[in-house]
Amino acid sequence: MAVLHQRRSRAWTAPYLLLAPALVFELLVHVVPMLGGLWMSFRELNQFFLRSWVSAPPAGLGNYRFAVDFDGAVGAELLRSFSVTAAFSLLTVVFSFGLGLGAALLLQRPFRGRFLVRGLFLVPYALPIYTAAMIWKFMLDRSDGVVNAALSGAGLGGGNFWLLGGNAFLSLVVTAVWRLWPFAFLALTAGMQSVPGDLYDAAECDGAGPWQRFRFITLPVLRPVAQVLALVLFLWTFNDFNLPYMLFDQSVPSAANLVSVHVYQSSFLTWNFGLGSAMSTLLLLFLLAVVLLFLAATSWRRRAS
Amino acid sequence: MFPRSRNGGARAREPRPVRAPCLLLVLVVLSAALVGCGGQQRKLVYWASNQGSSTAQDQQVLRAELARFTARTGIPVEIEVISWNDLLNRILGAATSGTGPDVVNVGNTWSASLQATGAFVPFDAAAMDRLGGRGRFLEAAMSSTGVPGRPPAAVPLYGTSYAVFYDKRRFREAGITAPPRDWAEFLAVARKLTDPAHDRFGLTVPGASYTENAHFAFLFGVQHGAHFVDQQGHTRFTSPAAVAAVQRYVELMSCQHVVRPDDAEVSSVPEAAGDFTSGRAAMLIAQNSALPPILDSDMPAEDVGVFPLPLPNPLPPGGNPVRTHVGGSNVAVLRDSPRRAEAMELVRFLTSRRTQVDLNRAYGSLPVVKDAYDDPAFSTGNAAVFGRLLAQESAPVPMIPDESRFETTVGAGVRDLFARAAMGQRVDREQVREALADAEQQMRGAGGS
Repeated sequence: MAVLHQRRSRAWTAPYLLLAPALVFELLVHVVPMLGGLWMSFRELNQFFLRSWVSAPPAGLGNYRFAVDFDGAVGAELLRSFSVTAAFSLLTVVFSFGLGLGAALLLQRPFRGRFLVRGLFLVPYALPIYTAAMIWKFMLDRSDGVVNAALSGAGLGGGNFWLLGGNAFLSLVVTAVWRLWPFAFLALTAGMQSVPGDLYDAAECDGAGPWQRFRFITLPVLRPVAQVLALVLFLWTFNDFNLPYMLFDQSVPSAANLVSVHVYQSSFLTWNFGLGSAMSTLLLLFLLAVVLLFLAATSWRRRAS
Repeated sequence: MFPRSRNGGARAREPRPVRAPCLLLVLVVLSAALVGCGGQQRKLVYWASNQGSSTAQDQQVLRAELARFTARTGIPVEIEVISWNDLLNRILGAATSGTGPDVVNVGNTWSASLQATGAFVPFDAAAMDRLGGRGRFLEAAMSSTGVPGRPPAAVPLYGTSYAVFYDKRRFREAGITAPPRDWAEFLAVARKLTDPAHDRFGLTVPGASYTENAHFAFLFGVQHGAHFVDQQGHTRFTSPAAVAAVQRYVELMSCQHVVRPDDAEVSSVPEAAGDFTSGRAAMLIAQNSALPPILDSDMPAEDVGVFPLPLPNPLPPGGNPVRTHVGGSNVAVLRDSPRRAEAMELVRFLTSRRTQVDLNRAYGSLPVVKDAYDDPAFSTGNAAVFGRLLAQESAPVPMIPDESRFETTVGAGVRDLFARAAMGQRVDREQVREALADAEQQMRGAGGS
């Protein structure tokens, strides 16, 4: 009996042992820094305590109070940056998703050269983000950029500043959509592969038009993929740092001041790491709440159906 | 937790010694990963700032120069040239972790901020004596090494100053025989050289660069008698003098129209220098660090002229006749360096006369020690103009721990004013005051005073 028990416990520990290295690194790479950030957010960590950061004086909830004091300059900036980010995320997700879905539907039926078109569609996503952002930066330049040249060539004006003021927001959304929609296209194409072809044939025999086939076959099969896709796109865009940072260098106009850039600027450029960590933590909590709500909603719907 | 087969019968046939290989595997993976973390370096590690036209060129220059150091002292040096965009973050990382380089270059405007971290070895009197004494260094360069009255956390290495680069050919074509002597003449010349229809402008400024904007706000502020940060360390961004100073700078675009509106998108000096060398702009106000990219361009070197930044005449009440801030790079030794004596030896080598002459010649910057100025490379030509400005007509930016915050807040405010001007919106006294009030709120809000 004892032997059996021992053997059972061995079998039980083996998978955990195999997982241990991954777990250790997961802790080192993700969890520990996150806890470190959390700790920092409760400290008054600035240049005076950078070297011996362990001895940074406790700030209690001071950093948080500061960050959410929307009457103060810091809180007001954060709130503005947050709303800019929300609008940016929403627009980017909607357009990327829409374009991805449209393209996936168009390429659902096999035709000559489909492979080529598919590859072409994926180029923006395959391009390194730095290259992509730099190309857009050149294209959006006022005097030498191709966007203004094309606009004035078509008699639609031109001479606009695309990287300054309110236009900067538009430029950011367009660039982000251009970069992200291939991912939506890829995910949705993969999702559509799981629709059995004979289902369409059967529906067609029953007299279903293209819209009905889309509405009653494609959409329900796609739903789980689409839900996860929307969530992932949202998280990516809400956290996006690279694109605004590269498009505008270190001078991000306030209309395009996404929250992650804002956090970076309020901690790294001004040496106020406690405040920056508090803002990051707030951002994390918000995204966590969104994810939990999303999971609750989807699982509730699944249970309901 | 792990889904297991419900088939209990199979369990009996499982191989027995399952744990030992597992454990072994785990240990091998972990130890292999951790081995990479160990290892003691023997070389002295030096992080250099990018002074020449590229980090690759810098690497070459420094390697050749430091070969002499290694030959003389037997201390091998590992050089890494880091671009200005990354340097501060890398230094902060090194200061926090206590690991990294032994010797680093720092922007001299960061000196007080970095001094506050306590991560650098203070250069007390004894340490300065080993470098030949404090008196060997230019007074101006020494003024930008940390909070006054405390042993500096860094010593000067390269000196730079602002002056106006001008295109001699464009000046000749416009019939301008002598460089302007005061601000009014400067504006007149700039207007004369401006022809928007042919995309020709009198002047170019990197209007989207917050550091450059902050330098100009500071510099024009000194000329107007404005102190953005007063003696007690309080921010005074919205004093009438400060507003007038910033307005005079932004008006170059908004009201005088001698700067291309597109410059509101220009975020770096090399980019602005490109507009200068391509003939688009006839003048450029920049530090001598802009020289390498200018000389690397197609513009004939004999067409590049330099004159000191003209002052308003008469100076506004309380104003100082200052034409440049004290620019440049300092060199510092990390307190956590296990090779402090060797590190100090390297600093001594870098500030020695011969090295100062060699390196500053290669980079187009200025020596920071007086004894290097008898070299003809610095006593003649354009370099002499920059050298005189640095030594005699300069003022250091506020040496306060929050200096970087001053640069980000005021610099960004000026950038937004340029953006307004570029898009044809009004930029008068009221808008400038509002932008500066905003910057002041942020400076105070973020913990400044």
